Amino acid sequence: MLIKRTERQARRGALAQTLSSQSDAGLDRRSFLRRSGLAAGGLAALGTLSLGSVRKAEARMPAKAGAAVTIRKNICTHCSVGCTVMAEVSEGVWIGQEPGWDSPINRGSHCAKGAAVRELVHGDRRLKYPMKLVNGQWTKISWDTAIDEIGTKMLAIREKSGPDSVYFLGSAKFSNEGAYLYRKFAAYWGTNNVDHQARICHSTTVAGVANTWGYGAQTNSYNDIRNSKTMIIMGGNPAEAHPVSLQHLLEGKELNRANYIVIEPRLTRTAAHATEFVRIRSGTDIPVIYGILWHIFRNGWEDKQFIEQRVYGMEDARREIEKWTPEEVERVSGVPGAQLERVAKMFATEKPSTLIWCMGATQHTVGTANVRAFCIALLATGNVGSFGNGANIFRGHCNVQGATDLGLDIGTLPLYYGLVEGAWRHWGRVWETDYEWLSSRFHTRDVGGKPVKMMEVAGIPSTRWFDATMMPQKQVQQQDNLKAMMVFGHGGNTVTRMPEAAKGIAALDLLVVADPHPTTWAVLGERKDNTYLLPICTQFECDGSRTASNRSIQWGEQVVKPIFESKNDYEVMYRLATKLGFADRMFKNIKVNGNEPVAEDILREINRGGWSTGYCGQSPERLKAHMRNQDKFDLVTLRAPKDAPAEIAGDYYGLPWPCWGTPELRHPGTHTLYNTNLHVMEGGGTFRARFGVEREEKAPDGTMRKVSLLSNGSFSVGSEIRDGYPEFTYGVLKKLGWDGDLTAAERATIERIGGNNPDSVGWAIDLSGGIQRVTMAHGCIHYGNGKARANAWNLPDPIPVHREPIYTPRPELVARYPTLPNAVQFRVPNIGFDVQKAAVDKGLAKQFPLINTSGRLVEYEGGGEETRSNKWLAELQQDMFIEINPADAAARGIKDGAFVLVTGPEMPAGQACRMKALVTERVGRGVTWSPYHFGGWFMNVDQRRKYPAGADPIVLGESINTVTTYGYDPVTGMQEPKATLCQIRAA
Amino acid sequence: MARMKFLCDADRCIECNACVTACKNEHEVPWGINRRRVVTINDGRPGERSVSMACMHCTDAPCASVCPVNCFYTTADAVVLHSKDLCIGCGYCFYACPFGAPQYPRVGNFGSRGKMDKCTYCAGGPEADSTQAEFVKYGTNRLAEGKLPLCAEMCSTKSLLAGDGEIIAQIYRERVVKRGYGSGAWGWRTAYRETIAT
Repeated sequence: MLIKRTERQARRGALAQTLSSQSDAGLDRRSFLRRSGLAAGGLAALGTLSLGSVRKAEARMPAKAGAAVTIRKNICTHCSVGCTVMAEVSEGVWIGQEPGWDSPINRGSHCAKGAAVRELVHGDRRLKYPMKLVNGQWTKISWDTAIDEIGTKMLAIREKSGPDSVYFLGSAKFSNEGAYLYRKFAAYWGTNNVDHQARICHSTTVAGVANTWGYGAQTNSYNDIRNSKTMIIMGGNPAEAHPVSLQHLLEGKELNRANYIVIEPRLTRTAAHATEFVRIRSGTDIPVIYGILWHIFRNGWEDKQFIEQRVYGMEDARREIEKWTPEEVERVSGVPGAQLERVAKMFATEKPSTLIWCMGATQHTVGTANVRAFCIALLATGNVGSFGNGANIFRGHCNVQGATDLGLDIGTLPLYYGLVEGAWRHWGRVWETDYEWLSSRFHTRDVGGKPVKMMEVAGIPSTRWFDATMMPQKQVQQQDNLKAMMVFGHGGNTVTRMPEAAKGIAALDLLVVADPHPTTWAVLGERKDNTYLLPICTQFECDGSRTASNRSIQWGEQVVKPIFESKNDYEVMYRLATKLGFADRMFKNIKVNGNEPVAEDILREINRGGWSTGYCGQSPERLKAHMRNQDKFDLVTLRAPKDAPAEIAGDYYGLPWPCWGTPELRHPGTHTLYNTNLHVMEGGGTFRARFGVEREEKAPDGTMRKVSLLSNGSFSVGSEIRDGYPEFTYGVLKKLGWDGDLTAAERATIERIGGNNPDSVGWAIDLSGGIQRVTMAHGCIHYGNGKARANAWNLPDPIPVHREPIYTPRPELVARYPTLPNAVQFRVPNIGFDVQKAAVDKGLAKQFPLINTSGRLVEYEGGGEETRSNKWLAELQQDMFIEINPADAAARGIKDGAFVLVTGPEMPAGQACRMKALVTERVGRGVTWSPYHFGGWFMNVDQRRKYPAGADPIVLGESINTVTTYGYDPVTGMQEPKATLCQIRAA
Repeated sequence: MARMKFLCDADRCIECNACVTACKNEHEVPWGINRRRVVTINDGRPGERSVSMACMHCTDAPCASVCPVNCFYTTADAVVLHSKDLCIGCGYCFYACPFGAPQYPRVGNFGSRGKMDKCTYCAGGPEADSTQAEFVKYGTNRLAEGKLPLCAEMCSTKSLLAGDGEIIAQIYRERVVKRGYGSGAWGWRTAYRETIAT
C-alpha cells in the first residue's frame, strides 16, 4: 500500500502488471511480508498494454568500447530552480546523467524529477507520430497532412468567426525562443487570446509585484537566501515543489542560525524543518499579514527611513492594518496573537528578512491582493532592495518566468510593452513588419457605434476558455465564441471546474494538442473528429534558452535529436505559419534551416526588442560563455570575479534580467532588483518610476494636494542625480545636457523612431540602446527612481482588504468580508459575487464542510502527464489520494488507504471522484489536501482506453480540479483552487 | 585504502527521492526493485524526519554471515558486494539485514525469488570492471571510474553523503558544530559499530 507515504514502497500490484515487459519484477519486502507470496495484482488486464521497453535496455548499456562519450549541458525541464543537467551521449543515445557540479544554482544536485529526466527522451509513453481522431479512433497521419488539415480548418474558422475564435494556449515549458515565437505567431494571426500556465500559477504575483515596485519577478535569488537572517515561507512548499532550493534555504538557516518560519494551512515537508510553524485557515493570508504588521506598527518596528524615502501610501495601508487587532485576526484566521507577535518581531528586527511565496498565496480570488499585502510587509520593514531580503517568489515551471516575460499573456506583447498602439509600433519596428498590416489581421468590433480595435483589448484568460466556448455569444465580448483550441504544452487538468472544461472540449470545432504526450485534453471531452495530436520533442531535444525563477537565463544545448517523429516547437510553428501564409513576414529576420528556425537567431531578435525588461544584453554568445564557465561564478553572489575569463568577468550568472543595453555594453545583469547599494553598471537600481511623477490625493484635512511619487533622497551608488527622477527620454537627456554623449548612429536611430517628435522617444523603445547607455554612464537608471507603492490606486483594492473565498467554511464572515461585485473582466463576466451569495444562502458550507486545498508532490509536476509517464517517478506515487485529518476520517468511517468518494459543490448531481484516503495530522481538522498532478480518471471512470495506444501515462487518477469551483481574481483571471469546499465519504 | 560509508544527515533530508531515481536511472533498476528508498518517521507530525536508506555496507556484514553459498565479499574499499552467479535466492540475507536492503525480483519461497539485488555502492560486482556483463547484473561501476555513488552525488540538499568514512564524518561533525544541532549519524552504530561524536 503506497498511499501511506511513510511506507512509500514500490507497490507491485496493479501497475507492475502494466509494466509487463519487466515481468521479472516481483514484490518488495513489505508487500512480500504482507502478502506472503500471493500473486500480485487485480488489474491484470492492463498487462496487455504494449510497452516496447527494449529500447531502454539498449540505451543504458555502457558506451561501446572505443565509442566516444560526449557531455552535453542542458537545464532540467521541471521546476524553475534551473538545475544544470549533464547528459552523457554516445552514438546519438543519451546513456547517462552526471552531476553538474559547476552550476552555482544546483552544484550537482537534483530532486527525484531532475535525477530522472533521461527517461523523457527514451520514453516509450511519448506520442510517437501525428494522429487525428477519425470517428472516435486515433489514426496515424503524416506531418504534412496534419499541418495542411489543421491550417485549412483554422482558416475556415477565421473566415466564419474571426481571428479571436482561435485560442493559442502556450507553455511555460517552451524555451524563451519558443515562447516568443508563439506570442509572435498569435500576433500575426491576429488575436490576443494567447496564454500559458502563468495564468494559473503566478499571474497574480506578476500583477501584484509589478504594481508595487515596477517589475513582476523574484527580486533576489535562491542563492541570495543564504544571506537571510529571517525567512518566512508563506503559501509554498519548496521542499516538494523546488527541492534544490532547500539546499540554499537549509544551508542559510544553518550558517546564519536563521529563523525559518513557515505559514501554511498544512504541516508540509518544508515546515518539518521550520523553527516556527504557523497554521492558518486557507484563504486568510491578508488577515495574517496584517496581524503581523499590526504588531510591527504597534511596537514601532517599522523601517521609518525606508518608508519615508522609498514608499508611497504606507499611511493608507496602516489605516487598514489597524483594523486587524489580534482578536480579529484570530477570529478569522485561527492564529493566536502571541505567535504573530513573535513572528513580527523576528521579521522586522532580525534582518535581512525575506518573504518566500508560491501558489498558496497566488491561487485565490484575492491572489493579487495577497501579493500586494506581502509587498507591503516587505516595504514596511525595509526588506527590499538589498542582499538577503526581498520577495523571493518561487515560480513553477522551468521557464514560466521566461514565457511570462516574452508575452505569452493575454494582456501584453513580449516584455510587458502592453497592447497599446505604441507597443505594436515598437514591435512592428523590431519585426520590420508594417503596423497597418498587423492591424489588418485583427478584428475591429462595433460597440455602440464606436469601433474597438481588438488588437488593443486583452484576451480571454486560460481559466475561462470553456466559458468563452459555451456561453451565449453576446456575453462573450468578441466577434464570436471560441471555436478552436491550439494547445501547445499545457495540461488540461490543472484548471479548475473540469466538468465544465469537458463540456467545452466537446463543443470545440477544432482541438489541436501539440505536446510530447497526449495530455488530458485528448481524453477529457467526448470527441469523434477534428482533433489532432502533434508530437513535440522536449527541450532536451532542441536548442534554446530558459529563464529560471531568479531571472538568470541559461542556454540549453540539444542533447539528442528529436525521438520518434517528434519535432521541436519552432519547426511546427514555422510550418503552420507557412500554411497560414505569414511565414515570410514572421521569419523575415530569423534564419530557417530547412523547416527549422535557428534558436540563436530568435534570441537575437528578442535582444533587439527587449529594452523594457533588460532582455537586450543576453546574446546567445554571452549565454553560451556562461555555460562554459559555470564554475567561475560565486555560490552566494552569483558573480564571476574580475579576473575570470574576459568573456564573463564581472557578470552575474545567467545575466539575470534586467541586463541593460546592447550585448557589447557588457552590463553584468541584475542579481538583486532595486538595490541602491550598487552602481547601475554593477547591477544596482532603484524602484521603477512607472506610475507617474506625482499624484493628487486627499489630505487628512479634506483638501487636495499633490504628492511626489519619486524617491525622496534615496538613489543608487554613483548616481549623478542625488534624488528621485522620472523615466528617461531623449528629451530628458537633452535637458540634462547628456545627449552629447550619444553616438551619431544612436542619435540617428532615435530620430528615425521619433519622427516629428524625437524628444518623446523613451528608453524602452530606443532600438539603439543609446539612452540606456548614456543614462547608466551617469550612474542613473533610465526607468527612473520612484517610490514603491503601498497604495496601488489602479487596482480594484488599492490597499488589500480581506475577502472570504467564494466557497467559505465560515459563511458568517461573508457579510463583513464579501468578495468583489460582479463585473465583466477579460471579455467574459465574472459572477463571483452571485456565486458566493448563493453558496451562503443555500448553506453549502454545511453540505460541504471540509476545506479543499491542493498542492504539489515532489515526484510529479504540473498536470503530470510527463512525470506520470516516467517509470522511475511513477513507481513512487501510484495513486491519487486526499489527505484528511484523523478526526474527520473517524467521523466518516474512513480508513487510511481506503478508497473514498469526494464531491464538490459544483459537481454534477450524483457524481463523485474516487481516490484514496491518507489519514494524517498533516492537515488540521476540517481541512483536506490533495495533489493536482493526476488525470485520466474522470468522475469515477477510468479513461485509459481513450488514450492513443501506448501513449497513456503509467499512472492515472482523478484530478482534484474535477472538484474545484468557481472564483477568479479580478486583476488577472486567476482561479481559486486553494480555498474551496468538499465532502468526503467512504467508497 | 578508503573505508567507504554512507551517512544521511536527517536534519537536511527533505524526502525528495532524488537518491531513489538517480539510482534507478544510473543502473536501470527495474520497476519494483528499490536499492535505495527514503523512510519518514513522524510523518505529518511535528518532529517529522526523513532518512535515505540503502545497503550500508556494514562492517562484518550480517548478510554475509548468514549466506549459505557465500556469495558476499567485501572489496578493498570495504564495499559489500555479492555474486548473482552464486546467489540461490534463499532470502536469508533479507532476514539478517537490519536495513532491509536485499531485494528480489520475484515473489515466492524456496529459491524461487530469483537472484538477490541490492545497492552496490555503484561498484558493480565480481565481473571485470565496467563491462556489459557487469552492467547487466549489477549496473554501472562508478567507483572504478573514480566517481562516488550517484545517489549521494545528486542529493538535493547534500544530506546524503558518501565517501571515505573519516572524511564524511568530519563533514558532518563540522556541520553540527556550525548549526548547533544534529540527530546523529543514522544507522552507524548498527552498521559500523561506531557513532560520530560531536
